[in-house]
Amino acid sequence: MSGLSKGAEALLPPPGRRTRRGVEATLLVGGGIVAAITLLALVSLVWTPYDVGEINAAERLATSSTRHWLGTDKFGRDVVSLLMVGSQTTLLVGLVSVGVAAVVGVPLGILAAMVPRWWGELVMRANDLLLAFPALLLAIMLTAVHGQGVVTAMVAIGISSIPSFARVVRSGAIGVMKTEYVLAARAAGRRPVAIALRHVLPNVGSLVIVQASVSFAIAVLAEAALSYLGLGAPPGTPSWGRMLQEGQELLFVAPRLEVFPGVAIALAVLGFNLLGDGLRDRFDPRLEDRR
Amino acid sequence: MTEAPGRRASPVGGMPPADAARSLLPPADVVRVRDLAVAVGHKPLLVDVDLTVRRGERVGLIGESGSGKSLTALAIMGLLPQELAPSGSVVVTGHGPGSVARSTSVLEAGERGLAAMRGRDVAMVFQEPMTALNPTMRVGAQVAEVMTIHGTVADRGAASRRAVDLLDKVGLPDPADAARAYPHQLSGGQRQRVVVAMALANDPALLICDEPTTALDVTVQALVLDLIVRGVQARDAGLLFITHDLAVVASVCERVLVMYGGRVVEAGPVLDVFTRPRHRYTRGLIGASDLDLARPDGGLYTIQGSVPAAGRFPAGCVFRNRCTHATAECETVPQWEGPGPEVGFACVHPVVHHGGGSS
Repeated sequence: MSGLSKGAEALLPPPGRRTRRGVEATLLVGGGIVAAITLLALVSLVWTPYDVGEINAAERLATSSTRHWLGTDKFGRDVVSLLMVGSQTTLLVGLVSVGVAAVVGVPLGILAAMVPRWWGELVMRANDLLLAFPALLLAIMLTAVHGQGVVTAMVAIGISSIPSFARVVRSGAIGVMKTEYVLAARAAGRRPVAIALRHVLPNVGSLVIVQASVSFAIAVLAEAALSYLGLGAPPGTPSWGRMLQEGQELLFVAPRLEVFPGVAIALAVLGFNLLGDGLRDRFDPRLEDRR
Repeated sequence: MTEAPGRRASPVGGMPPADAARSLLPPADVVRVRDLAVAVGHKPLLVDVDLTVRRGERVGLIGESGSGKSLTALAIMGLLPQELAPSGSVVVTGHGPGSVARSTSVLEAGERGLAAMRGRDVAMVFQEPMTALNPTMRVGAQVAEVMTIHGTVADRGAASRRAVDLLDKVGLPDPADAARAYPHQLSGGQRQRVVVAMALANDPALLICDEPTTALDVTVQALVLDLIVRGVQARDAGLLFITHDLAVVASVCERVLVMYGGRVVEAGPVLDVFTRPRHRYTRGLIGASDLDLARPDGGLYTIQGSVPAAGRFPAGCVFRNRCTHATAECETVPQWEGPGPEVGFACVHPVVHHGGGSS
């Protein structure tokens, strides 16, 4: 940059506010946390240090030791095992709710971008209505109707994530609809449905992936909150939110029963958020030339 | 959409047939535009545009940016934005299914009829090869898709094979490899060749090119132009070529229409219009393009002022506010002077050419 005059230098973007290396680090840390949690969940399917269904009164409220790394809860269950099995619920709820939100939200967003402007606005206002409705209230209502359970929680979280998918996808799809290849596809006689599937959807894919990652983080938090309130995982189903609730009464006796699941939730949310951020920046073409 | 029975169009399929049988038939209009007007609100964008392209004919459409050239092309394709209300008539005649000529009244036809017409009877090559291809699809699949949409090939396998064949014909080295490439792996010139291959895939009766070489390197330009001309000649198709490069028009087209302010201001055979322009605007365009011609002060000739924003053109003669010869008479819309819409001009004070102008 030495050859440039002071004036020209001022016109250049500020150097390295968010560099390619920073993005790689974000992606790596986020991806690492997510991968670790996924691995834990997978391992717990076939093996855990102790059986989480087994109540062992002799070892209740044990502190950290070589036998129980993170101690045991009030029923004498191993906390490490509980956390491992709990991660299954976390991932399952995240996956299904994000799936529900994407399956409904993505087509809705594309539709809103392709129909005449007027109708698109109408769809988006309906979308705003859903966005304004608190997710927790929705979950409480659904629980009242369908009873407590993981499925109810997944559906409730999924429905409340639909608007953010629809919004992000619509804005991306509007951009794609303006491109010449969509005009060219129309000029080649392509019908709207085919244009949506073949041309618009693949080109908003990166947005969907990023949004899925961010929504996943929100879903993890929402599931914990619902389980804590007794609206998610029923008693007996290990879940991080449930662990928080069960440990609450022993807050001053065994604070670690609150700390460990709390840290697990925070880590999971952080991991998915970092992954989402990293992916978004990775797909951002403005960073391309700073490699 | 109306069927025009009786008249036979060129057979569908791989190689274009020999000219012998068809040359007996009168040249058919592949597109006929009459009194086309397009307005947004009260702002007129196109006024009284008349344009005809016959089978085997190459017609240029020139003018500065903002003259309405691209809008005319989009109107022919039935791709005008919804908020624009067109009036007049646009009839496209191509070879429908079973080699029976099919006419489409573009402004009246429904979306289904238009979809059947686009890419089959009329195809279009756009300006920007960087964005005219879907970045997430292999180019071979994109070429094949154009054929499967209209069912001009037996099946997907045949479409893929013919796509490779077409890519070979437009001069892509190693066409089988190119078919598997994504657009970003090709150069601008290669991409535009792919776009041309897509446009010619269904042997359209009319090919519209909207500044197809503007974004290309000069050396690549000539190759792509050659490709387009040979492509339409081999298919005996009509060509509507939009550009602001007069040299390109001179080398590609037989007839030319000059547009300004949403109107056709002059039309005629390329040689006549370029050597003996009558409209003051055409004269200005040609003067500005001729780099050998310098003003006494050494500068190049220019047309003073710039193209007004859409709908801001003066009443009467649209060129009035930039014309050095404008008088009070120009405040009324000038009459079209000429034997028909294909030859003539609309100017009150036309350029007068003296003597020796028998050519």
